[in-house]
Formats: sequence, structure tokens, C-alpha cells
Amino acid sequence: MEWEVVIGLEIHAQLATKSKIFSGSSTAFGAEANTQASLVDLGLPGVLPVFNQEALAMAVKLGCAIDAEIGKVSVFDRKNYFYPDSPKGYQTTQLHHPIVGMGHIDIDMEDGTSRRINVTRAHLEEDAGKSLHEDFSGMSGIDLNRAGTPLVEIVSEPEMRNAKEAVAYFKKMHSIVTYLGICDGDLSQGSMRCDCNVSLRPKGQEEFGTRTEIKNVNSFRFVEQAINVEIERQRDILEDGGEITQETRLFDANKMETRSMRSKEVENDYRYFPCPDLLPIVIDDDYIEAIRKTLPELPDQKKQRLITEQGLSEYDAGVLTATRELAAYFEEVAVKCSDYKLAANWVMGELSAALNKNDVDITTSPISSDNLGAMVARIKDNTISGKGAKSVFQALWEQKGDNVDALIDSLGLKQVSDSGAIEGIVDEVLANNDGQVQNYINAEPDKRGKMIGFFVGQVMKASKGSANPGMVNKVLKEKLDSKC
Amino acid sequence: MALDHSDVKSIANLARLAISDENIDKYKTELSSILELVEQMNAVNTDDVQPLAHPTDAIQRLRADVVTESNNREKFMANAPAQQDGLFLVPKVVE
Amino acid sequence: MHNLTISQISKGLENGDFTSVEITQHFLDRIKQLDQGNDGFNSFITVMEAQALADAEAADKRRAAGNATAWTGVPFAHKDIFCTDGTLTTCGSKMLGNFIPPYDATVVDNFKQQGAVCLGKTNMDEFAMGSSNESSFFGGVKNPWNKATIPGGSSGGSAAAVAARLVPAATGTDTGGSIRQPAALCGLTGLKPTYGRCSRFGMIAFASSLDQAGPMTQTAEDAAMMLNVMASFDEKDSTSIEQDLPDYTATLNNDIAGKVIGIPKEFFPDSLDGEMAKTVRDAIAEFEKLGCTVKEISLPSTDLAIPAYYVVAPAECSANLSRMDGVRFGHRCEDPKDVEDLYKRSRGEGFGDEVKRRIMMGTYALSTGFYDAYYVKAQKIRRLIKNDFVSAFEQVDIIMGPVTPSPAFKAGEKSGDPVEMYMEDKFTLSCNLAGLPGMSIPAGQINGLPVGLQMIGNYWSEANMLNMAHQFQSHTDFHKQAPQGIE
Repeated sequence: MEWEVVIGLEIHAQLATKSKIFSGSSTAFGAEANTQASLVDLGLPGVLPVFNQEALAMAVKLGCAIDAEIGKVSVFDRKNYFYPDSPKGYQTTQLHHPIVGMGHIDIDMEDGTSRRINVTRAHLEEDAGKSLHEDFSGMSGIDLNRAGTPLVEIVSEPEMRNAKEAVAYFKKMHSIVTYLGICDGDLSQGSMRCDCNVSLRPKGQEEFGTRTEIKNVNSFRFVEQAINVEIERQRDILEDGGEITQETRLFDANKMETRSMRSKEVENDYRYFPCPDLLPIVIDDDYIEAIRKTLPELPDQKKQRLITEQGLSEYDAGVLTATRELAAYFEEVAVKCSDYKLAANWVMGELSAALNKNDVDITTSPISSDNLGAMVARIKDNTISGKGAKSVFQALWEQKGDNVDALIDSLGLKQVSDSGAIEGIVDEVLANNDGQVQNYINAEPDKRGKMIGFFVGQVMKASKGSANPGMVNKVLKEKLDSKC
Repeated sequence: MALDHSDVKSIANLARLAISDENIDKYKTELSSILELVEQMNAVNTDDVQPLAHPTDAIQRLRADVVTESNNREKFMANAPAQQDGLFLVPKVVE
Repeated sequence: MHNLTISQISKGLENGDFTSVEITQHFLDRIKQLDQGNDGFNSFITVMEAQALADAEAADKRRAAGNATAWTGVPFAHKDIFCTDGTLTTCGSKMLGNFIPPYDATVVDNFKQQGAVCLGKTNMDEFAMGSSNESSFFGGVKNPWNKATIPGGSSGGSAAAVAARLVPAATGTDTGGSIRQPAALCGLTGLKPTYGRCSRFGMIAFASSLDQAGPMTQTAEDAAMMLNVMASFDEKDSTSIEQDLPDYTATLNNDIAGKVIGIPKEFFPDSLDGEMAKTVRDAIAEFEKLGCTVKEISLPSTDLAIPAYYVVAPAECSANLSRMDGVRFGHRCEDPKDVEDLYKRSRGEGFGDEVKRRIMMGTYALSTGFYDAYYVKAQKIRRLIKNDFVSAFEQVDIIMGPVTPSPAFKAGEKSGDPVEMYMEDKFTLSCNLAGLPGMSIPAGQINGLPVGLQMIGNYWSEANMLNMAHQFQSHTDFHKQAPQGIE
């Protein structure tokens, strides 16, 4: 039996507003328990919600970025359920009239092609608090700092067919929201979480199979792993003739398995109805257009521009535009040194290697884009060789100096590129190595290329490494060949 | 529309209300009679009528994205039935 | 001193006839003497003796410094539904029997700004659900007109306290008639303003799209003075409407000749008690003497208000009360074995029968499969009811009719059958569903018990309503009557 996998993702992204969606509490991460939980966040009797304009703007921005319909009239609904991290006994969300309707994004496949995945909708809602299960003498502790943080829930159409596509979708959405500046994209802090809906159906069948939902997967790697183990689990059951139970599951990365969550979930009837403490959100075309004008260049647009206008390869452009910060850094370097390709080599090569090795993020790179750009500019104008640049790079990384030219001087890396000066050294070397010169002249023409290396070495040694190797090669070849 | 015993039990469960078995019958009768009252709504055809969620036609006001609250943990948690280390305590939650 | 109105007390303080401390002490003594004990009215849940005297002293100082306003130093009471910072706020329930809010409701703050003196928190039907005050965890309230009868509800405590002159005025809330009905049964003037006029921040929610705070006083003039303080635009309440706030006392003496009064035929059905119908019609006739004209109108959806209300209100309250879960405040059961047990027993123990009934009714009405048939249907009927009024107000300036089908009934008489109790509200519900302002003013007596005349105005027409009520009260003396023995 051939099975087709059907995957849909629901991504929850925390919006990067300063205050919460319905209260003036701070949304800053890491505060001591319940120090950022106001009367409204605690759901005390008598409190009421007031809606944060920035949360609205960010949601509309997202809608514009994914080419979606924007809901001109959207409504907040109450989703009723009891759980200790949900203080009001209901979550304020949007069911029937979300702020963003049908849109789409293009995901980047491993083979370099792209595939369009439709986004059903995106809506605003409030986050819940946290339950801490460490020992409080057999109790759980509830921290409501996170309760009321604005979320946008982005729901995809069930159009992905394998785990890799799902990861590509998650990555692209991550890239978009960080580019827009509406979410900090910090997965380790829970800024984005992914619920994966997975089902199987016999290939060719139109009807969907029963799906399960794997909740709160918070890394790209886990998304891939979780989906794959769930596919296996479902396949095994179906091939044994069993049935899939519709349920929510959790991914256990240690055991590499998914397990069923609170089974009572299935009993939950959320009894959605419009929240009577909030009025309909009404926006007009002017508002939407004003937001659309603030859209930055999005990852796909930037990537295209780097390929078509700057001649970067598809792969390089993809890597360099993966995050907003990296793309910004790269472009600053490229503009500073006026050479996109050279800048790409250095950012993707030496810089990335150093960042990865030292577990440093681009945003806290010890080398500023300005300095890296200045250094690459000096390679481009032949002031230093590629080899010399590596020393400058090292010095910059170790923060031994902040001015590239000063470092080049102090390290004595200025290379000689003046052809006259080089000719002088070359003449001297050739004069001192008559035997080798004769070998060169007597050798077969196609074997001469390898022999140049000796002379290059001698010239470099004589110039104490400061001769421009490219120039040396050129002059040597001219002079040697003229003797042949 | 009359409710039966299991209807009342499941409603009470959804609403997280502990109701003793003896009282289930009492509520069953009372709720059924309220539902009978409510069924009077069906006397009128409302197919072409727009629901009214709010008495006014007002739309949602927006609030500036500014932090206006500061830490008031001690005061706000003073009514907590059980707390420790700044956390509200509940029986252990199993996920 | 205790028969003085707010207006008279305010002038008395201004003239130096007495100090705030003196008058506050006088009322506190009366409360001690008449409200407590087996024979007491039980209209107060919490008496704020020390705080009240301190506030009175501060008010006298403020007056001496020349900074007094009309309400500075004036005693009054708050229904125990308004959060008062540092003072127990129970909503008449065991669930909040130990709840001390860490903040003031906006309405409470409004009075504090004026330097008014709150004597305490009045008794009420549990979570504002009821029409007799019998569902309060803190016991029923006796109607000062006849202690065997109920004062009405849910603002029964406020009504009884003012009727017994334990306090010259009190705040109430009205979701389906909870200001107007007890005002009618206790011979008071009660006003439910237009939805959105008063802030709901800090007013513990029953049905969010229906609840409104309002004054319960001896006279329309006092109600105007009180509305001046209670009404405000509040940024903390998304449903608070930014509407011009007039001085409601400034237009009390406008000439009302020429106003057209609509009398809905549905408010005088054949089933209405003959004496009630006559008393109310006689009261309306007084307006004709003042130059008003009367016109019969129809509000065809009136009878649908009851079923619609008993879907919408329970639905909203079922969600509003979900936060009462024993986790962060309020009653928690002993030794909960797990979270589910914590919820079920805390709520099972904390809530009374009527509240549980309405939570379950609301839960059912919103549940899958029933949402359209009940909740959406009720919202559609709400639209029809509003449309009826909008049409009516194209022809008339104000609508009048009875408040209740009968005067105060005996305690225990209707508490056996919830639906019978719900019928009490049949004339008051449609006003809340449409969000319109409604008033009850004393209009006579039947068998020694007060009867109220209901006035329903167009949106934001409180000034006009108070004007008409004041003119009525300038030419009649129903509002001056007090229960026997209260002097």
C-alpha cells in the first residue's frame, strides 16, 4: 500500500510588541515569575481588555507580506477551556473573522526549486502562562508573565507532503516574520512554536485520513524529526489494519517518539462566541496601504535581486538571505567593498566558520560589517593579498584593533603591486637562479606552468611576502616566456 | 427540548461544576424548563436578521503600545489560596 | 437627618448645618441599630465604619480648605459588585467570600475623587443573578416596606438600605432590571444609563454586553447628582463610549410640555394585574397634566425578550465566571487531589444554585450543535428588539409602562421555580438587550407596597429622562413616601 503524507502546520509567533495584547504589561523575556502580570493578565474579577494597536499593525504587515486578504472587520472570540495557565478560563482569539485571510508563501526545496504553499489564514490571540512542574511538594507552579503576550497564529493549508517541506515552510515563515520585525524568531525562547498536523491516506485517495496534532515543536530539527517519527507510527498502525485516533501528541526528542497528550482534550467543546468585552476591529484601505508601504524588502525579493543584479548563485543568495540580520550584515559589507561576490565569499567562508566555531550569532559578531567591508575592499584594491587578509581577519576577530588600514600597517601586510618594483625583484631572482631558468626554457611548454611555482616562491621570499602574488605570476611568466 | 441525566452530567463537566447525583435530577428538571422557555424564540422567523452582538455600533478602540504596568506581584497575589516563590500553586498538572 | 436627600445633605454640609463626620456617624448608628441581628434588614454585607469616619474627617478638612464639591463628605453605599481596594468584595457569593480586591473600580474611584463617604458594601443576589436578593450567600434582605417581602434584586441591598434610610443613596447595577425592579419594589428612583455610559472596569461582570452601573436614590434630582459622578469615559473599558457628558442637574427644570410619551400595548397585556395597570396609567396621566401627550405604540418583540435574555446573559456569564476557579483568588476546596477536582469542587462549593443553573444554561447554549439555534438566534432577536425601539423613537420621545407585574412578593414565594422568578423581569429586559437607558420612579402603592413607573428613553437621553422624572416628582409626592416606622 502506498501512502501519501499530508502535513499542515500551525505556527504561533509571539509578536514583538513592547506591551501585551490586552494590557500594558511588559512582554520582556526572562522576568521573575508573576512580576509582569497585571490585574488584567491575572484575570481578576472586574478587569477588562484593551487592544494594542501595534499587534494589529504587525498582523496586517504579515498579511501584506504573504499576499493575503486582510480582514477589514475582524472579531475577537472567546475559546472556553479550563487550564491553570489560562487565568480567565477562556483564551481570547479569532475564529470566524480573522484579521488575515488566504495568502501564500514560496518554500525553498533542497533541489533548488521552489514550491508555493497556501496559507489558510492568520489570526491574533493571546498567549497563556506557564506551568512549572519542578517539585513544589507535589504541586505545580503557575507563572502568568507570559499570559497575554500577543500571538499571531498562522495556519497553512494541508499541502506539505513530507517532513523536509514542512521544515522549509517553517524556515521560510521564520525568515519572513523576522524580516518584517514582527517577531524576534528566537526559537529557544519560544518566540515561535509549531503545531504539526500529520495524516496519511492511500495514494490517490481524495479524502483525508485521520490526523494527529503534534504540539509546540520549537526547533527546525525537531519539526523534521517529530513529523518523521509520527509518519512511521501512523504507517505502522495503518498497515496493521488499525485506526488512527484523532488526538494531540507531544514530541519527546530524547526518546525520539510522540506520545499522546491529555486525553480529555478530545472532550473539549470550546464553545466559541464573540467576546463581549471587545468590539469589532474595523480597518480601511488607507490603513492597510499605509502598512503595506512600510514593508521592507522580503527574503525572496532580496534573494532574487542578489541573483539577477549582483550575479550571486542561487545557493549563495539563499544562504545570505536566510535571516534578516545576516542579509543586512552581508549587504553592508558588499556595499562597503563594492564587490558582492567577494563579500559573499568572506561572509559565507571565514566569517561563518568563525561564528559557528565560537557559537556566536551574527548580531554579536566581534567584527563589524563596516570593518569586514573595509578589509575586503583592501583585497579588491590589491593593498593586501588573500593570505594577508586572513591575518587581518584574525586580528579583527580578536579585537586587536578597530581600524583596518592601521592593522594592515602594523602587521606589515601591505603588498607590493607596483609592476616596476616587482620587475626589479623578478629580474634579481631570475639572475640568481640561472639554472632553474634554463630548465624552464628547455622544458616542454605544457610542463612550464608547474615550474613557475619555484620562482614565485623566491620572489615572495625576496619581497618578504609583500609582493602581490598575482602580479608576480604575471611578470614572471612574461619575462620567462620572452626568454623562450 | 428536555435534557437527560447524561446531558446534565456532561454540561456540568464542561463547566467544571461538581454536582452530586441527587442534584443532577433537580438541575435536569430546572434546566429543561428553562429550555422550554427559551424555545419560545422559535415563534419568529429570523432568517434575514443580522445578529446584534453589541448594543452600540461602536468599533474597537486601539491602545498605544507602551508599557504602563509595573511589578505589583505582592499586592496582586495577596488573595492566592496557595503560593510559593512568586508562583500560584495548583495540584500537579500532568501533560 | 436620615430623611435628607443627597441634595439636602450636600447643601447642609455647605451651610455648615452639620459636619460629614456627624452625618456619617448618624447613618452608621442606624445601620448598627436597624440592619443587623435577626430582625435587621441585612442590607449590608460589609460596613466600613473606620474607613467611613476617616473619609468623613478628610472631607470636612477638604471643605475647610475650600476644595469641597457637591459630593464631598456625602455618605452613600456601593453595591458589593464594585471592587473596592482593600475592602472585601463578595458579589453576594461564597466564591468571593474572602476576596479583597487590590484595586478600585472606576465608578468607586469617581466617588473617591469627589471625597464622598462610602459607608459599606450592600447585599445582592449572587453574582447579580436574581430578582429578590434571596440567592445571596449572605442571606436574604428584608424589604423595609414589609419585612415579610423581598426588596427585589439583584440590587436588593442597595434598595433596602436607601428605603430604610440607612444611607441616602446607593449604587446599583442593572443587567435585566436589577436597578429598576428593586427601586420599584422599594419606592425609590433607579436609573440604568445607556450601555457604555458608566465604566464597567472593576464592576464584576455578569453579562458583559448588558451590565450597566447606575444610581438608586430617593429622588430624580439625587439620581442626576449621582449620575454626574458615576458616568465617565474610561480608557480601561473597551465598551465605554466617549459621549458628551452633560451636567444632569442643569436641565432638571426644563419645561416638558409637548413631549410625546409612547405606551407600548405589549406592556399592558391582558394578563397584567388590573390594579398595577391602573396605578401605572394614572401615573402616566400626571405627565399629561404637565403638557405631555400620550400615544399608543407597539414593541412587537417584547415577549421574545425573555427567552433571548435567558440565552444571552447565561452564555456571557458562563464564560465570565470561568475565572472563578480557586487558583488565584476566592474559594478553594480542601485537599484537591488534582486540577480537575480543584475546579469542580471549588466551583461546586463556591457557587449557589441559581448561579450554577445559569452557568450550565449558558454552557449548553454555546455548545457545539446548539450555538446557532440558541445563541445566534437570541442575538437576532436582540436585533429585532432594538429595531422596535428605533422605530418607536421616531414617533415618541419617551416610552412608559410598568416596571414589574406586581409589587414586592413574599420571601420564598417564587424561589421554588426559577422560570417563575424570571417572569419578574418581563418588562425590564428589552431595555438591556437594546442598550437603552431605563428608569423607575415611585408611582403609587398597592396594598401599602410601592409601585414603580418605568421610563425608557432613546440612547443618551438620560438628561431628558431625569428632567421628566423631576417634573413628575415636583408635582406628586409618591417619592416622598417612606416605609412605616422609618422617620
